[in-house]
Order: sequence, then structure tokens, then C-alpha cells
Amino acid sequence: MAHHVLKTPVTEDQIRALRVADTVTLEETLFGIRDATLIAMFDQGRRTSLYLSGHAVIHTAPNVRKVEVCPESPAGYEPICIGTTTSMRMERFTRDLMQREGVRLIVGKGGMGEETLKAFSEMGGAYLAIVGGAAALETTWIEAIDAVDLDDLNPESLWRFRIKGFGPLLVGMDSHGGSLFARVQNDVKNRRDAVLASLDLAD
Amino acid sequence: MELNLKEIEEISKTLYIQALKLLPDDVKSGFDRLLREETNETGKAILGTMIQNVAVAERTRNLLCQDTGIPIYNVTIGRDVHFDGAALKQAIRQGCERATHEHPLRSSVVHPITRFNEHTSCGLRVPIINFDFDEREETVDIEMIPKGSGSESGSYLKMFPPADGIKAAKAFVIDRVIESGGRVCPPTVVGVGLGGTSDLCMHLAKVAATRAIGSICADTEGAKIEAQLSKAVNELGIGPQGLGGRSTAFEVHVEIAATHITLVPVAVNIQCHSARRARAIITPGGISFGV
Repeated sequence: MAHHVLKTPVTEDQIRALRVADTVTLEETLFGIRDATLIAMFDQGRRTSLYLSGHAVIHTAPNVRKVEVCPESPAGYEPICIGTTTSMRMERFTRDLMQREGVRLIVGKGGMGEETLKAFSEMGGAYLAIVGGAAALETTWIEAIDAVDLDDLNPESLWRFRIKGFGPLLVGMDSHGGSLFARVQNDVKNRRDAVLASLDLAD
Repeated sequence: MELNLKEIEEISKTLYIQALKLLPDDVKSGFDRLLREETNETGKAILGTMIQNVAVAERTRNLLCQDTGIPIYNVTIGRDVHFDGAALKQAIRQGCERATHEHPLRSSVVHPITRFNEHTSCGLRVPIINFDFDEREETVDIEMIPKGSGSESGSYLKMFPPADGIKAAKAFVIDRVIESGGRVCPPTVVGVGLGGTSDLCMHLAKVAATRAIGSICADTEGAKIEAQLSKAVNELGIGPQGLGGRSTAFEVHVEIAATHITLVPVAVNIQCHSARRARAIITPGGISFGV
């Protein structure tokens, strides 16, 4: 169980070195993306001027304050509270996100499914689990919002955050078919009958 | 007592912001208990981060979670309180809008078909305002709950026949907790509604999910099921964030209502670990804030 400090963008080799249960701290840049952003990009064919290749995206829609554009807030937004949403809703976009935009890391909560795991294996990607609901803490790892695109979707715009010491995050899914979430789900499935029996409910 | 609607607007604004920032003491104690009982190392580390987040939110006066939720106001009106009902609803809505603009907060509320966001945390029939009445003299009790979507997606309803009985209802709860897994941000409060009509049953599940940790179902039979299910869900191994461990739920809460002779209605509504709520009690003596 190694700890990795990854400065984004990353290479495929760096991602292939990650194994489930390792921990990661991200440095430099992180993109915020979620339901409406992904629907716009991949169902409606909208393109972004932001360059995502080799980068990490986090499933989020932040609380922000609109401010005058200045060196500290080059996008005209100040972060207030930035947290993470449930990843599974966005399962069907992982392949497109990797293939078309070159994304290599997804930061989220709750884990993703088999299609994502397959895409990670084929193209070299990983899922970094953050603690959902710990947004006040997460916000302290974000220095600024340095760019925004598709802002008509606000708050579900495509955000670019400047980050510092973003983590530790847990490698929940890797590029070798490993998934901590699948492992736990399997374990839970095996315990179900015993739990129902303890309630005198066995089938 | 004549309700001052300007005051209600101000309280409705304050409650929304306060609920988003300060976790109730019963939830904080709930975290401490889970951490003491957790044996899984990943689970322990995650609970530790959650506890740390509560402290960071207090220190930095920030929101606990970025999800500002769907705003719910539960208004309980006692005896001898005078007000214009339509204006009261308007005042609460105005307070909710002002919290969103003045803080500012992310408006998480959209039209369900067009997905249009008014950026007010309001929309058609939202905020949800539930009115009830009780015996307290000259008292108005307003509880505010920002209901986040991760856990709200863990909502289920089933109308079993009497032949399947309460046994089927209990198994339904266990299976829905398994189905929800880590997506509902465990450790959770699993709210269970038993009885009523379909809509009442679902509402009871929400009441149960948002009740204080440590509170017990007023019905003796309901309380028994609560205790059984609370123990059982933490044997499943889902754990904090679905990454394994004992701490799947703080508790299972049950609320019940009488039902039809042909029905065993059961509903599940889940509350994530950011179990946020805030309360104001208004009397002729003044306003007191709490949970």
C-alpha cells in the first residue's frame, strides 16, 4: 500500500503503477465535472476549450461567489464550498471521457461500475475515492478556480481548480481490474443470508 | 400570539445556513460511538476524516457538504397562534431565496423536465413546507432540513400483501440498504415508513430518516423493529462510504401509521452522514435556535 504524490497531468505509466488500497495526493490542477457537463459534452456533442488530457476530474458542482476577474480569481469565481457527488450516476460517460478527452483519473465517492473498470484497464485510468460529505475539509485543498467553461450549465459548469495537497485519496479502482467497491459488494452479498437469518427472515 | 412574518423570513434564512454549517450534537456523538465500535482500518480512517470535517466546517464557518439539498421546512403550530397562512408560506420561501443569494449558496433545485435552475433554491412546490399542529401554547416550531441528493436517491417503496407480512418488509429494508451501498454516503440513518397509504408511508420514511440519533419510535412494536434492524444493517459489512466496516448506519429509524386491511406498505428513505437539521422555536418570549 504505497502513497503517491501525483502532479497533474499524469502519464499512463504513472497510472498503471497505482494499485487498489494505495493512497494518492494530487497537486497542481483538478477539473470539476458532473451530470449536466457530461450530458452536454457527450450526448449533445459540445466541445470544451479546456485541455483535459492526462488530467484528473472530480465529480462536483461547487458553491461559488461571483467576483471581479483578478489575479486571485482569474475565472471571476471564488470558491466557497467544494465537495464531491455520487459517481455512479455518471458511469456511462467514463469511456468517452477517457477516449475523447484523455482523462486518466476520476475522483469521486461511492465508486463506479464494471464499464468504468473495463475502460480503466484498456486505456489506463484509476478511480480515487474521496470521503463524500467532507467538503469543508476538501475546500481547504483548493487554492483557486482558475478557469471555467460551459458556464451556462452553472453550477454544473466545467471547472478548473488550482489545488494544493489534495488528499490523501484512496485508490478505489485501478487499471488492473481491482475494485475495492466490488470486493466489499461481494462480501456484503455473502453476508446477506446470515443477516436475514439473524432476523428470522431467511428465504 | 400574532406571527411576525418579517421575523419568519429572517428565521427561515438563518435556519437554512445554520443547518448547512453546524452538525447537531446527537450526530456528532453518533460518530464518536461508531468510531469506538469500528474494527475496519479503512472505516476508522474515513470516520476520522468525517469528524475532522465537522471541526473544519465550524472553524472556517463553511458548509459541511457542498450539497445544499432540497430545502424542507417542517412547521408545527401550537395553540392560539394567529397568522395569514399564504403570507407565512411566502415568508418562508423568501427566507430560503435570500439565504441562497446573500450567503451565497449553490442552488441545487431545477425544473424536473427543462432542468432550468432559478438559482434561488426554490421552484415549483419547493421549498417543501410541511405544516402540522400541536398542543403547545403560543408556540411555532420551525425545523429546516436540507436534504442532499446522494442519500435521497436511496428512496424505495413497496406495498406487500398481508400474506408476505412484516417479515417481507424487514427483508426489503435490508435489501435496499445493500442496493444503496456506498452511493448514499454511509454511515447513514435508514428511515423506514411502515403503514399508511403510499404517500404517507414515504413521508414517514423521511420523518424517520431525519429524526435525531438516539430517538426511539413512539410505538412499542415499531421500536422493536428499529432495534432489530439497527443491529442487522451493521452486520452487512458495507461500512463508511461503502468501503467496508461495521459502520453502515448510525441507526435504523421506524415511523408507523395505521394502514388498509389488504396492505403492508414499507418505504425506505436514507439520510447521509451529513445529517443536517436546524430548529427555531418562536414564543411570545422570543426565538430560540437549536436542533
